[in-house]
Amino acid sequence: MQTKVRQKRWESPLAGYLFLSPWLLGFILLTLGPICMSLYYSFTDYSLLSAPNWVGLDNYRKIFTTDDTFPHTLKITILFVLLTVPLRLAFALLIAMMLNRPIRGIAYYRTMVYFPSLIGTSIAVSILWKNIFGRNGFVNDVLGFFGISGKSWIADPKYALGTLILMMVWQFGSSMIIFLAGLKQIPRDLYEAASVDGASKWRQFVRITLPMLSPIILFNAVQSLINSFQMFTQAFVVTNGGPVHSTYVYVMYLYQTAFTKFQMGYASALAWILLFLIGAFTAVLFATSRYWVFYETQGGKRG
Amino acid sequence: MTATMKRLGLHGSMLAVSLIMMYPVFWWLGASLKTNAEMSSASLFPKKLNWSNFSEGWNAVPNYAFTHFYMNTFELVLGVLFTSIVSCSLVAFAFGRLDFPLRNVWFAIMLVTLMLPTQVTIVPQYVMFNELNWLNTYLPFYVPHILAGGVGGPFFIYLLVQFIRSIPKELDESAKIDGCSWFGIYWRIMLPLIKPALVTVGIYCFLWNWDDFFGQMLYLNTVDKYTMNLALKLFIDSQGSVPWGQLLAMSLLSVVPSVLVFFFAQKHFVEGIASGAVKG
Repeated sequence: MQTKVRQKRWESPLAGYLFLSPWLLGFILLTLGPICMSLYYSFTDYSLLSAPNWVGLDNYRKIFTTDDTFPHTLKITILFVLLTVPLRLAFALLIAMMLNRPIRGIAYYRTMVYFPSLIGTSIAVSILWKNIFGRNGFVNDVLGFFGISGKSWIADPKYALGTLILMMVWQFGSSMIIFLAGLKQIPRDLYEAASVDGASKWRQFVRITLPMLSPIILFNAVQSLINSFQMFTQAFVVTNGGPVHSTYVYVMYLYQTAFTKFQMGYASALAWILLFLIGAFTAVLFATSRYWVFYETQGGKRG
Repeated sequence: MTATMKRLGLHGSMLAVSLIMMYPVFWWLGASLKTNAEMSSASLFPKKLNWSNFSEGWNAVPNYAFTHFYMNTFELVLGVLFTSIVSCSLVAFAFGRLDFPLRNVWFAIMLVTLMLPTQVTIVPQYVMFNELNWLNTYLPFYVPHILAGGVGGPFFIYLLVQFIRSIPKELDESAKIDGCSWFGIYWRIMLPLIKPALVTVGIYCFLWNWDDFFGQMLYLNTVDKYTMNLALKLFIDSQGSVPWGQLLAMSLLSVVPSVLVFFFAQKHFVEGIASGAVKG
């Protein structure tokens, strides 16, 4: 590789591709290939037991016209996402602002607040949640103290989704840490200048903190959005999609279609609709961002 | 005077928030020693320490003790950890230091795959691993990580590339002049320098793969190969009336490795989350 026989345009084309090869192979075999196959399957009746037959747009037509589960699961998933993402971000920002003070022992508080997020996606925590919000869970003991008679929250179709949302909101830790890092980068003199001018704390928050933090808010919103659309373990373990399908989220429907009914073609079509959905929601978020995200490099103008 | 009051108020509110956040976890610790009868109490402390939850829970799955599931999980996660660190650092070196055609195009594609929902690739991957007869082995976990993919792969590459780019180029320039090969530069110069970032990658790789219930459920189907997660799911499904004390005790043990990793490497951990967003 050291022999420079003639002048080359690239310094290290061979070495570059050698070092890149693990990822490149993986990308072709485990990402690009499967993406193409998935798209192909979505136009077939593939079932793992028999070879795929081309059925054209049949899967998609069925999903949008005769499938009763699809609109139901879509409604639940979107409701879940629309409630989880803002609540999660609001808590993350609130707690990050509280933690962004020069007081002693802040590291301990930060650790405690972050801790639930560390173990959050594990099945162990889902089991804990299943117990806590069951009929005999300790939540009812606490509510009884306030004179509210408890019920089995996860067995009530009206509240089951709520317990899952609460669980996701409880795990706002990584958004919070990203907010905290962002808050530390806001120059202090902005606040000093504002308080000299007599701006109230609230006004400082609205006029300085929010605009300065807006790129990070966008980042966290996109992250949370993508994650909440793909929520699976919690719904699978805590409520198993029930009661009466009230927590039957999209990915769970997809999973059961593919791996218990082995309708691989139909499941692939569902996966492409999910991809399109996540893409559409993200695109909307980005489209609105020009009205509320500020980038410093553009002289404080709306980006 | 008012300054002290204000500080006390701050501490008070922070303490309150922390306690609310941690209450379920503290309760969990206590509940792992409670009897089923005491389970509905919000009290943190069991009336009597019921250690049998641990000893009986450990052997609750017929024919296999939890020792077996623990070893399985470590076999899976440590394999994935090792292969990820090797492959991701190689690829990150290519993106961060080497100059070759289409580099920026590949890098952009890699960033796009960061956002790609796994559901789009999971069905064909499953079909492929099924045809290769890899189901019920750990190969569907090892192989994607050998190829710098799998759970977290593109994120790790991105993290390492960011880190490599922050290292001054003079170091490898001088090694190049001394006649060091590209692999020598990677091995002798880059690897030692990016050690802190490799630790961060290792931590996330461990945590995420330890918790990857979906993948494990998909590819492992005999109890012999089960991980902690699957054993817990089996435990909760197989019992008519759930012995909550034992179940919560075993669940608690299943998160111990993650918690230990977190506390031993907290500094790297927080930096990792923050650098992913703010520096990028």
